[in-house]
Amino acid sequence: MHFLKHRAARELAASLIRVVKEIEWTMIAKMLQFIGDPTNTFWQHTIDTLKLSIVPIILALLIGLSLGVLVARRPVAAFISANLTGLMRAVPTLAVLFIMILYFNQIGFLPSVVALTVLGIPPILLNTIAGLRGVDPSAIEAGQGMGMTQQQVLFRVQIPLVLPVIAAGVRTASVQIIATVPIAGLIGGGGYGDYILAGINLLNIPQLLVGAVGIALLALLAEFALAALQRAVTPAGLRATEPAAIAPSARRSPVGSLADV
Amino acid sequence: MATIEFVDVTKEYPNAKTPAVDNVSFTVHEGAICMLLGTSGSGKTTLLRMVNRLIDPTSGEIRIDGVPTTQQDPIALRRSIGYVIQQVGLFPHLSIEDNVRVVPSILGKSAAETRDRVDELLHLVGLEPAEYRKRYPRQLSGGQQQRVGLARALAADPAVLLMDEPFGALDAITRARLQDELLNVQRGVRKTILFVTHDVEEAFKLGDQIVVMSEGKLVQEGSPIELLAQPASDFVRQLVGADNILRQFEYQPVTAALEPATDAAQERIAADERLLPALLRLIQMRNGALAVVRDGETLGQVSLASVFASVQSIHRNASAASGEHNRSADSAPVIR
Ligand SMILES: Nc1ncnc2c1ncn2[C@@H]1O[C@H](COP(=O)(O)OP(=O)(O)OP(=O)(O)O)[C@@H](O)[C@H]1O
Ligand SMILES: [Mg+2]
Repeated sequence: MHFLKHRAARELAASLIRVVKEIEWTMIAKMLQFIGDPTNTFWQHTIDTLKLSIVPIILALLIGLSLGVLVARRPVAAFISANLTGLMRAVPTLAVLFIMILYFNQIGFLPSVVALTVLGIPPILLNTIAGLRGVDPSAIEAGQGMGMTQQQVLFRVQIPLVLPVIAAGVRTASVQIIATVPIAGLIGGGGYGDYILAGINLLNIPQLLVGAVGIALLALLAEFALAALQRAVTPAGLRATEPAAIAPSARRSPVGSLADV
Repeated sequence: MATIEFVDVTKEYPNAKTPAVDNVSFTVHEGAICMLLGTSGSGKTTLLRMVNRLIDPTSGEIRIDGVPTTQQDPIALRRSIGYVIQQVGLFPHLSIEDNVRVVPSILGKSAAETRDRVDELLHLVGLEPAEYRKRYPRQLSGGQQQRVGLARALAADPAVLLMDEPFGALDAITRARLQDELLNVQRGVRKTILFVTHDVEEAFKLGDQIVVMSEGKLVQEGSPIELLAQPASDFVRQLVGADNILRQFEYQPVTAALEPATDAAQERIAADERLLPALLRLIQMRNGALAVVRDGETLGQVSLASVFASVQSIHRNASAASGEHNRSADSAPVIR
């Protein structure tokens, strides 16, 4: 699989370069040439970038979500955990990165992932707490009172109401994590950060741009995909619609006059 | 249909100085509407939530058709009891249709199966199905939401209905309309209803039976007429307005003013009518009398004189009751 995609991407880039070469030798062509050059291992850097994005996002989701569920109904615990994770978020990621190197006594993937995860926890934690607290307790009581089991209350009432808020948190966390991934290049974590750092050091603009544009595109892609996901998990009853659209017909209801105004 | 018995029911919340419900016993008979009337914090909601076991009593028990609720699976019990909660509590993410069919759907019925039932229920509570089925709760007014709450509670056709101030936050006109709708529903399929209110007018209008609560204790229990005629304490007397002559006219049955039939009776009135319509009729007739009939049989008649006499005697008794309880028990009023 890897091998096929790898070769396909290289061939595509190479053929594009040939086309562009004949017309004009532009910056894009230089970038494409850089990508097409096997010695630059573009495909490997892309995979590393994706790993450095997806692993912290999933870890932040698992930690933020379970911590949020645990503390949502305990005001003191919620206050402490929200502020503690917020505080960790406030420490510059670069500093966290070096602390992690000292802690793990190694460089590369692991300390990078930890530093990026720290970044992603607060938005997910805060949204989980806010989402769970935002569920109308009377809706839960109504569910219980009508004979829903604990699971039915969870799956039919709580989760549908909380999911959109959590999805919004995941979206914020993901974009922040992806935008910070290049920092891993500093400690040998790999990914597009390598291109950016090397590009700066060697004053190789096409190389620098490949890294920077690559990260920007990835962040945009995540933003669009997760925005779509967020819309998909938002039940129609919670979506914003203009109330004016329903008001006139309500006035015509057979029973309603005072009840409708 | 179902009979509900409360037997020495007590509920103490942790860390509370006094019990929220204190040794309460009474019976609600099959098909009756029982109004729980009391001031805020008197334990009405707590009492109601013990029926479907959202709370379990600290001591005592509640029996439905003789079976203690604690012997029943709480989930199955709740599915067999309609529940209208004080804060409406519609599910904001579900359409009106899906809100109404919640209980059938957790019982495994599909949307297609329950479609007709949803329409029927929405009609019943006065919401045009074609217009409201696909809407969401936040697209409805407060009064319309309360109607949906009522429809939802009726969906699985439960024999017992618990209603916690279901018309609490409504203007007087909408409230009266919903009360009439409830009585209409009750005329069709008789359910045993426990209805919480702190509105005395509502209690008198809807109740076959009124249970007056104060600070967790049952202060008095009886029919509206019994409460008016023999309030057990000053608290009840003030609460029900036993001194209010108009209220006496409104709620006393014509049989309270019965005298032997004479030739003066030109028109007939049913025995379950109240004094007020009889009085208005008599005033229109400028005297004379109304024959009081039940099942075609003449029980006697009422005249202006007999109506006034009866209300005066009730009023005397009510005042006497407030002055001295022992004597009022002996000189029980003529009602019943
Ligand atoms: N979950 C609870 N924990 C502790 N105390 C409670 C709880 N629920 C109610 N109480 C207390 O029990 C008493 C009775 O409350 P309840 O809700 O039954 O009153 P109510 O008659 O329904 O009042 P209202 O008319 O205001 O709804 C009150 O003093 C209340 O503070
Ligand atoms: Mg209450």
